[in-house]
Amino acid sequence: MNEVALLLAATIASGTPVALAGLGLLLNEKAGVLNLGAEGMMLIAAVTGFAVALGTGSDLLAFGAGALAGAVAAALFGGLVIWLNTNQYATGLALSLFGAGFSAFVGVGYVGKKLEDRVLYEVPGLSDLPFVGPVLFKQHPMAYVAMALIGLSIVFLYRTRAGLVLRAVGESPESAHALGYPVRRIRLAAVIVGGALCGVAGAFLSVVYAPMWVEGLVSGRGWIALALTTFATWRPARVLLGAYLFGGVTMLQFHLQGQGVEVASQLLAMLPYLATIVVLVLISRNAGWVRANMPASLGRPFFPGS
Amino acid sequence: MSLHTKRSLLQWAGLTAIAATVALVGCGKKEEPKPAAQAKPEPLKAAWIYVGPVGDAGWSFAHDQGRKAAEAKFGDGLKTTIVEKVPEGADAERVIRDLAQQGNKIIFATSFGYMDAMLKVAGEFPDVKFEHATGYKTAPNMRIYDASFYHDTYMAGVVAGKMSKTNTLGFVGSFPIPEVLRNINAFTLGAQSVNPKIKTKVVWVSTWFDPPKESEAAQSLINQGADVLLQNTDSTAVLQTAEKNGKYAFGWDSDMSTFGPKAHLASAIANWGPYYIKAIEELKAGTWKTERTVWGVKEGLNDLIKIADVVPEETKKKVETIKAGIKDGSFEVFTGPIMDNTGKERLAKDQKADQAWKDKIDFYVKGVEGKVPSGK
Repeated sequence: MNEVALLLAATIASGTPVALAGLGLLLNEKAGVLNLGAEGMMLIAAVTGFAVALGTGSDLLAFGAGALAGAVAAALFGGLVIWLNTNQYATGLALSLFGAGFSAFVGVGYVGKKLEDRVLYEVPGLSDLPFVGPVLFKQHPMAYVAMALIGLSIVFLYRTRAGLVLRAVGESPESAHALGYPVRRIRLAAVIVGGALCGVAGAFLSVVYAPMWVEGLVSGRGWIALALTTFATWRPARVLLGAYLFGGVTMLQFHLQGQGVEVASQLLAMLPYLATIVVLVLISRNAGWVRANMPASLGRPFFPGS
Repeated sequence: MSLHTKRSLLQWAGLTAIAATVALVGCGKKEEPKPAAQAKPEPLKAAWIYVGPVGDAGWSFAHDQGRKAAEAKFGDGLKTTIVEKVPEGADAERVIRDLAQQGNKIIFATSFGYMDAMLKVAGEFPDVKFEHATGYKTAPNMRIYDASFYHDTYMAGVVAGKMSKTNTLGFVGSFPIPEVLRNINAFTLGAQSVNPKIKTKVVWVSTWFDPPKESEAAQSLINQGADVLLQNTDSTAVLQTAEKNGKYAFGWDSDMSTFGPKAHLASAIANWGPYYIKAIEELKAGTWKTERTVWGVKEGLNDLIKIADVVPEETKKKVETIKAGIKDGSFEVFTGPIMDNTGKERLAKDQKADQAWKDKIDFYVKGVEGKVPSGK
C-alpha cells in the first residue's frame, strides 16, 4: 500500500515538468503555430534557471529566469515564423539544435556545481492523511502550480472571449483577420506564453528535479511534451493525464525492476515512448475526434492581405 | 518570387550557421600549451580522449586528474592534449587519427566504446602507442588497462551492510556487463560479510550519464525500502537523491562528499595517475610492450576514501583490514563458496577467482533480487 502511494507520488513528480511544457505547447498550437523547438527552449531555460538558482539561492527567481529565457527563445522563433514566414518545422528544429548547443556552451562552467540543499515540501495537516497524504500532499509546489494552470487554461480556452479569439486564430486566421483581430500579434503572444511555460519546466528539471546542470539534461522531455499535445487531442486535461501516464510508465519500469520482475531493461526504458506511439495510433484512428480538436491552421503560415 | 528566394536563402544561412555552431561546440578541443622549451629536447606529446566533459566529477574527471598527475611528474618533458566529449563510434576514429597525425606519441582512449576505432587507427600509425581503458582488443602498438572497482564496492558493501536498517541495499546499474555485475556482486558480498540478512535491489537505467533518470531510479529504490544506495553511473544524482530522502549513498569515481554531506558514506575512486606515469616512463625508456594491465587497491588505482564519521570505528577498521589484505594478496573478494541467486554454485569452497572467472561474470550472487537482464 505504502509502496503504491510512493509510486504514485513519484509519478506526479515525474509528470509535472512534461505537463507544464505540454500545456505551453498546446496553447501556442491552439493559435496555429507548431513549435518544434521545445527541447531547445527547455535546455536554455534549464541552464539559465540553474545559474540563477546558484547565484541567488532563490528557486522562485530561478523559475522566473527560466520562464524569461524560454520566452525570449520563443519570441525569436515567433518573429521568424510569424513575420518572416520561415518554415515552422525547419525553424523549430533549428531552435532545438541551437538550444542544445547553446546551453552546452554557456553551461560548461556549471557542470558539477551543487545547489544548496533541497527541501522536501509537504502540506501541513493534509500530508498525514493515509495514502492520499503521501501521494498528493508531499509534492513540490510546482506540481500544484501545474495542476492549477491546467484548470485555468480550460477556463481560459473554453469560457472566455480571449480564449475564443485565440482558438479562432488557430482555426481560421483569415476570418479572425477579417474581423479585425491582430492575428500575428495574438500568435506571437501565444508562442511567448508557450515558451515561458517550457522555460518553467526546464528550470524545474535543473533546479528541483535533477537538481544539477549537465549538457542535454532535458533528455527528450521536450519531444515527449510535443507528442503529448497530439496525444491529448489538444485538450488541456488530457495533457495532464498524458504527462502522468508518461511519468507513471517511467517510474513503474524502475519499480518493477526493483521488485525483481524479469523484463529486459532496454524494453522497459523504451516503454514510455512506445506508450505514446500506441496512443497516437489509437486516437488517429478516430478521424472525427482529431478533426474536431486539431487547430485547422496548425503549422500553416498566415499572410495578411493575401 | 525574389522575396521567396531571399527568404529561403536566409533560412538556409541561418540553419547552416546554427549547425556549424553546434558542431563547433560539440567537438570543442582544448589544448593546454606549455611554455616552449627552446634548446631543450622536444617534449613528448601525449593525448587523452574523454567520453564526458572533464567537469563531470565522474569518470572523465578522474582520468583528467590522472593526466594532470602525469603532467606534474614530467613537467617540460611532456606536452598533453585533451579532447573531451568524444562520442563513441565513428567520430572517435576521426579524433584519434587526427591526434596521431598531430605528432602525439602516445594516445589514451578512456572509454570502452573507443575500442574498434582505436584498433583501426593503431594499424595506420605503427610508431604511435595506443592505450585503451577497459577494453579487450590489442595490437602490437595497442594495449589495454583496467581498474578493479569491485575492490571499492566490496569495501563499500561492508560499510553499507553495517549502516542499513532495512537490510535492503539499492544499486543503480548502467548496463548489465561483467564489470557492473562484478560491482553489484562484490557490494552484496561485502554487505553480507557483516550482515547476512542483506538483500540488494537492482535497477538498470541503460545509460552511463543521465541525472534525471538516475535520480528517478534512486527514488524508486528508496520507495521500495532500500536505505543505502550505490551506483555504477557517473553523475552525483543518486547521492543527491539519497540526501533529499534522508538515506545513505556513496560517491563514485571521485570524492563526491560535498554533494550529499549527510548521505555520503564514502567515495569509491579511481586514481589513474600512477598508470599514466608508468606508461609514459615505459615509452621513454623503450620498454613499452603490448599487455593487459589490471590494477586495483594494491597499486593505488582504486580506493575507498572519505569514510563518514557516522560509520562505526570497528567498521572503518574492518575496511582497513580488507584494504591491507588486498594489498598483500592475502584477501580475494571473490573467494568460494559463491552461490548465484538461483542456488547454483559458481565458485567452489576456498577457491579464489582468477581473472578469467571475473571477466565472465554473468550472474547475481545470492541475496541480489531478480535476474540479470538478458537483453532478449
